[in-house]
Amino acid sequence: MTEILTMVAQRLALGLLTLFVVSLIIFLGIELLPGDLTEAVLGQSATPETVAAFRRELGLDLPPHTRYFEWLGGILQGDFGKSLANQREISELIGVRFANTLFLAAIAAIISVPLAVTLGVLAALHRNSFFDRSVNVVTLSSISFPEFFVAYILILFLAVNVNIFPSISNVSPDLGFWERVYRVMLPALTLTLVVVAHMMRMTRASIINLLASPYIEMANLKGLSRSRIIVHHALPNALAPIINVIVINLAYLVVGVVIVEVVFVYPGLGQLFVDSVIKRDVPVVQGSCLIFAATYILLNLTADVLSILSNPRLLHPK
Amino acid sequence: MKQLVKLLKSAPPTAIFGLLVIVVYVFVAFFAPVLTPYGESEIVGSEFEPWGEGFVLGTDNLGRDMLTRLIYGARNTIGIAFATTCLAFLIGGFFGLLATTLGGWVDQVLARVVDVLMAIPTLIFALLILTIVGTSIPVLIVVIAVLDSTRVFRLARAVSMNVVVLDFVEAARLRGERIWWIIGREVLPNSMPPLVAEFGLRFCFVFLFISALSFLGLGLQPPTADWGSMVRDNATLITYGDITPLLPAGAIALLTVGVNFVVDWFLHKTSGLRDEH
Repeated sequence: MTEILTMVAQRLALGLLTLFVVSLIIFLGIELLPGDLTEAVLGQSATPETVAAFRRELGLDLPPHTRYFEWLGGILQGDFGKSLANQREISELIGVRFANTLFLAAIAAIISVPLAVTLGVLAALHRNSFFDRSVNVVTLSSISFPEFFVAYILILFLAVNVNIFPSISNVSPDLGFWERVYRVMLPALTLTLVVVAHMMRMTRASIINLLASPYIEMANLKGLSRSRIIVHHALPNALAPIINVIVINLAYLVVGVVIVEVVFVYPGLGQLFVDSVIKRDVPVVQGSCLIFAATYILLNLTADVLSILSNPRLLHPK
Repeated sequence: MKQLVKLLKSAPPTAIFGLLVIVVYVFVAFFAPVLTPYGESEIVGSEFEPWGEGFVLGTDNLGRDMLTRLIYGARNTIGIAFATTCLAFLIGGFFGLLATTLGGWVDQVLARVVDVLMAIPTLIFALLILTIVGTSIPVLIVVIAVLDSTRVFRLARAVSMNVVVLDFVEAARLRGERIWWIIGREVLPNSMPPLVAEFGLRFCFVFLFISALSFLGLGLQPPTADWGSMVRDNATLITYGDITPLLPAGAIALLTVGVNFVVDWFLHKTSGLRDEH
């Protein structure tokens, strides 16, 4: 037990360290890259006096390390600073939108994970059958589709030709839970189609990998049925890679929503992020970038820990 | 030549389909000016004209011929994605092989730097950088290539890790060969097949990535024809049940599917990644 706790603590420390370095990159990258923020915001014709006043207002006249620690300290207390575009508190802007993004990702995960594992197990069960091959071709194709392609096809069929779901997912906090689920259905389905392929292929591959091992042959010789072998004998041992790929795909869900949110005009963090990039609203970009990176690192960390927990052999690396 | 025909005959239908798609796309990209009825950003009619006489696929939101833009889009998008992938492989492959061949602290430092870079999601990182440096074609190519080279680095390092410990590399070291000679003549040729397959996959990734950026309005800038931005510009048509905006998106999908099929076949033929036992 203590071994597991030390391991988790180690990973957590490593994750925090990575996050710290990432925050350095996000902040200092902007300093080091060519291009001047004041010029971008005020335009090239700005007089030196306005530029100087603007820099003082943003605190850009202070040395970089002072500003970095002030920025980081602020974020740790939940203060992301003010948006350049509309002078609103960034934490206010981000809070609701991040909750929306997580909501969308959660719905997509609830649909896609069971679907992917079931399809994977079925494909492994009926290996090289027509079902397996067609699932293989379909998933290989859907991996290669751009997200907006899938999104617009769904809009065309499910919102325009047959008017089942709305093509624009505008949600607001005062809507009821099921109404919100209904409105995010199309973006959630799009995300599902994008991530199912990867998870399903991984499930199939890791089960098939195991089928060659002696204990499966033993079960075979005992005369167990094929489905019993796969579900009871192979699946538990294949869990580590499957869990790993599921969590990595969840991380992808949170990040991959950017494009889907833009297509469906969904008020999430991704939409805010893209808008701010276009407006060159640097403080908002930095803040949302940090949140995305933190979520991504946290989920990848979870994948690590879970796969070690589900496979005790990994606790003792050679 | 005979071998080639034999090889093609043994290929599964999906791979042949993929090869066919790639050949057609490359042909269209090369001969774009000959194949198109109008100029790349020439306004030839009114906005959103329907399919038919004069404009086979109608016109776009500014009255430019859709077919012409599609064909030029092949040229621009594929060309840039190809250049980016090549650059990513030059950077990633070079540092990956260097890391394993030199070993020691060089390897450690490079691996840690790549770990940190990979901890930030690529799309988010790319958008962050583009906020500051702006979007021009050379900037796009360099930024995406550098971000993508981390994946190539990982693979090149993992593959060549198994090669540098083999006897012939040791022998070359003892002969006193220079490091570049060892990398170029011993390690690289023996790490090739996975890297070639990865080239196909990375190309797809870069291609989708650039299209996504253009779709967000942060990739190729107008008036350059590009599939991603064409989808964005004409997306409103979808709500009227018109499938025109799906054409450029479908063109992207078709090419990536084709490349993926070919890579899948290649992997089955060359390496231990096959899943049958």
